Amino acid sequence: METVLAILSGVLSACAVWLMLSGNLLRFLFGLLLLSNAVNLAIFAAGRLTEGAPPLLGQGGALPGHQMANSLPQALLLTAIVIGFGLFAFALALTIRAYRAFGHLEVDRMRLAEPEEGGK
Amino acid sequence: MKSLILTTGARLLIALFLVFSLYVLLRGHNAPGGGFIGGLIAACGFAIHAFASGVAEARRALRVDPRVIGVLGLVCALAAGLMAWPLGFDPFAGVWGEVAGYKVSSVLLFDIGVYLAVVGGILTLIFALEETL
Amino acid sequence: MNSDMTEPSSGRLWGYLAALTAFALAVVFALWIPQVQGGSPVHLTWNWAPSLGVSLGFLVDGLSLIFALLISGIGALIFLYATGYMGDHPQFGRFVLFLLLFMLSMLGLVLARDLITLFVFWELTSVTSYLLIGFGHENAQARRNALQAMLVTAAGGLALLAGFILMATASGSYDLARILAGEGLQDHALYAPILILVLLGAFTKSAQFPFHFWLPNAMAAPTPVSAYLHSATMVKGGVYLLARLHPVLGDTPAWVATLTAAGLVTAVMASVLALRQTDLKTALAYTTLMALGTITLFLAGGSPYALTAAIAFLVVHSLYKAALFMVVGAIDHGTGTRDVARLGGLARAMPWTAAAAALAGASMAGLPPMIGWIGKELLYAGSATLAPSALVTAGVLIANALMFAVAGVVALRPFWGTPGDPPHAPHEAPWQMLAGPVILGALGLVFGLGAGLLQPMIDATVTGSLGQTRAAGLHLWAGVNLPLALSAATFALGTALYLTRDRLRGMIGGLLERLPGFDPGWDRLLDWFRDFCAWQARLIQTGRLREYLAASFVVLALVLGATLILKRPVIVLDLSAPLLVWLIAGFTIAGAFLTLNPHSRISNIAGIGTVGIGVALIFIFFGAPDVATTQLMVETLSAVLFGIAMLRLPGIVERRTGSQRLRHAALAGAVGLCMTLTVLAITSQPLDRHITTYFEENSYSLAHGLNIVNVILVDFRAFDTFGELTVVLLASLGAYAVLKRRGARMRK
Repeated sequence: METVLAILSGVLSACAVWLMLSGNLLRFLFGLLLLSNAVNLAIFAAGRLTEGAPPLLGQGGALPGHQMANSLPQALLLTAIVIGFGLFAFALALTIRAYRAFGHLEVDRMRLAEPEEGGK
Repeated sequence: MKSLILTTGARLLIALFLVFSLYVLLRGHNAPGGGFIGGLIAACGFAIHAFASGVAEARRALRVDPRVIGVLGLVCALAAGLMAWPLGFDPFAGVWGEVAGYKVSSVLLFDIGVYLAVVGGILTLIFALEETL
Repeated sequence: MNSDMTEPSSGRLWGYLAALTAFALAVVFALWIPQVQGGSPVHLTWNWAPSLGVSLGFLVDGLSLIFALLISGIGALIFLYATGYMGDHPQFGRFVLFLLLFMLSMLGLVLARDLITLFVFWELTSVTSYLLIGFGHENAQARRNALQAMLVTAAGGLALLAGFILMATASGSYDLARILAGEGLQDHALYAPILILVLLGAFTKSAQFPFHFWLPNAMAAPTPVSAYLHSATMVKGGVYLLARLHPVLGDTPAWVATLTAAGLVTAVMASVLALRQTDLKTALAYTTLMALGTITLFLAGGSPYALTAAIAFLVVHSLYKAALFMVVGAIDHGTGTRDVARLGGLARAMPWTAAAAALAGASMAGLPPMIGWIGKELLYAGSATLAPSALVTAGVLIANALMFAVAGVVALRPFWGTPGDPPHAPHEAPWQMLAGPVILGALGLVFGLGAGLLQPMIDATVTGSLGQTRAAGLHLWAGVNLPLALSAATFALGTALYLTRDRLRGMIGGLLERLPGFDPGWDRLLDWFRDFCAWQARLIQTGRLREYLAASFVVLALVLGATLILKRPVIVLDLSAPLLVWLIAGFTIAGAFLTLNPHSRISNIAGIGTVGIGVALIFIFFGAPDVATTQLMVETLSAVLFGIAMLRLPGIVERRTGSQRLRHAALAGAVGLCMTLTVLAITSQPLDRHITTYFEENSYSLAHGLNIVNVILVDFRAFDTFGELTVVLLASLGAYAVLKRRGARMRK
């Protein structure tokens, strides 16, 4: 089953790389979202998959008789998702700011901090 | 883009979202839920409200500046974490006790801190984005 | 400029205060003498990074106490001297601060008990000496020479750090006391790299050939600085290190050969060059090199005689060299020149300076009954125990004879004979500038007449710190023996050299012009390095986001790919999965492809949402309801944000040339493939679940919670969660600031 997630994670990251290299800030943001999903899936798969057994204990802390899903990557993912959202929102704010400043979203034409050689 | 249905519905929704988010927050220690999820649900409620009725309306409904809520959450979490120190435990260890027959703990305060920080942080963002556009 | 000028009078006050501070330190160190001489070193320790095994500890044994006494004692005299020499300099307060910091770093260096602490102080002396040498910062040459000194010694310091880390690996401790008490590292497999790195550090600091070139250049410093840095402190740091590590690294063929060669070459070369100089201060700088070379040479040996000679000569040299530098400063101050050709007959106008110069010069020349005489006798006694002894003895003889001649040039020539033609009429220096040279010169006489006074301290060093069974005795009269004969030869040769110095100077100058100099080479090296940096910055820092991103992805793919190829992990391809999982995966992939459509933003956003929901479904399916809920909420919020943003942001234009399309597609494919293979490689390994098991077993008993994920977040790893909350909040506040900032709009 992990194989499916491995493939899925690979496809998502390939799409993410393609989008991030497009040179348009908005598409860069799409890529960022895909990439964080791909990485989250990879972490999830690395903790191994267990079908339909959430890591919840029974009354009085009893361990269930069967194997529970791995709780550790879940805790990591939960915060990773929230932080990923923070990152995305910050990047979106920067994008909007850049659009207001430059009037376009083409990264190759944003050269305020590092002007082209020869002072174009 | 004010639509009567959305505006009226959003008012109902926000109450529902808030109650539900508190329920998720409080039960989180023993069942799926917790501060992160609760906070996100509450933030979603207000985000929809802002979408439907405008940010000004949503800010009024929230009453407090979301930045204050976020910092308050951080303070709560920090207080919960440091509470253990004077009691002789390592910082950020959970402290448990009983008041009037109810189990209380620093862990619950920490989770409330998480909830507030998430609500405050996300609403700061969303309101700012909506206002500038 | 100079708005931070210090009032001259208050600047003087700082000078006196600093002198008092240094004196008080010297007294404190002196109080430790009885205990250290009694054979029990003083240890002062407190732990500041116990988890790394790094502690701030100080070790006061014979070796470090000798250094500490010289540093603080001479330091006190230097502060006094500087107050007289340059007390009305507008930035004298700053100067005192730099010098004080330097003194404290130097004390830290010699007293440090921990290798890391030692390294930190080592680098601090490099930095503070940079500030001191470059104190006359209006002068480009001073700046350049300061930078040169710092680059050479700091680069050596980095090598030293690497050496220390290897040493700690080899010996199992950063604690010097423990390392010294241990077996020694001479037979350890890491001995060769440790030795090379440590010697690089010591040789650069102590200006041993071929790293000697920075030292004469450092004479750009104000004279008090030269007097201090090049007598008792900075350059002695390397010698201290060699002596300190002698018991654990010394007595191997490699140690003996390297130190002998470097020390001998430095000593002979420097003394020849010293005779050539006509500037008194530069001449002294080269004699400092000679002294450092000599001490290094004698630290090569492992016999009591050689080591006693090294330590004794170290003390001798510190005393007379500090005094002579101060004398030269006084001459400069009193006449306006340091050029030996324009000086003569100053004794009448500057009697105290002349007396101090005579005492210190006699010690430098090795005349009885000065301490310098005893030092020289010990050198000859010790050189017999070094191999190849004939060569070493000859080298030491030549160097000492040249020293004799240079002592004449520096301490005799300016004060006696026919008066010269200095820029202004000579006058005696103020008392602050006389105290240092007179006291130090007198000490040379006192320690010479009372040779036994130094003996207990030398004993404590040679037996306690250097691990010898006994030290050689310090005697004014050791009987008629080989050293006595060699001394006589030294005086004869030295007198001859002194008398023929002008012709020799011309010859040496002629010879030198045919040799390549180190300084132009250094400048070329720096120029080349700067050009290289500019070139690589142009190459790497293109300022194009796409190229940065592409570089990151290429590195990612290369690192993952190379690891996979080199390690060849077992990869189990198990395509059996419930139909539902395949369906969700297909749904997600379809969403991902939707986002690739460059023509419709709505379908892009729908695609992003589809991917998010697909991933959430996977979380649900595999027992992660908390994660799934979080994912769904975040997806909702992202969709809302995108919805808002779309209203204002322009449509998408995708610009890729044909070759770019090809390259980007290949890169994307490579990253994706590496990602898939890495995840497969990880999941094909057995899983170590013991952390998870711990959480499962203790979630209720320790944290009273049934939802393990939540318990991890708010209890077991609460501190991490707190850090993450801070990040989220800061990101949102940052975005808020970015969006709300009013002000000038940037225009292309």
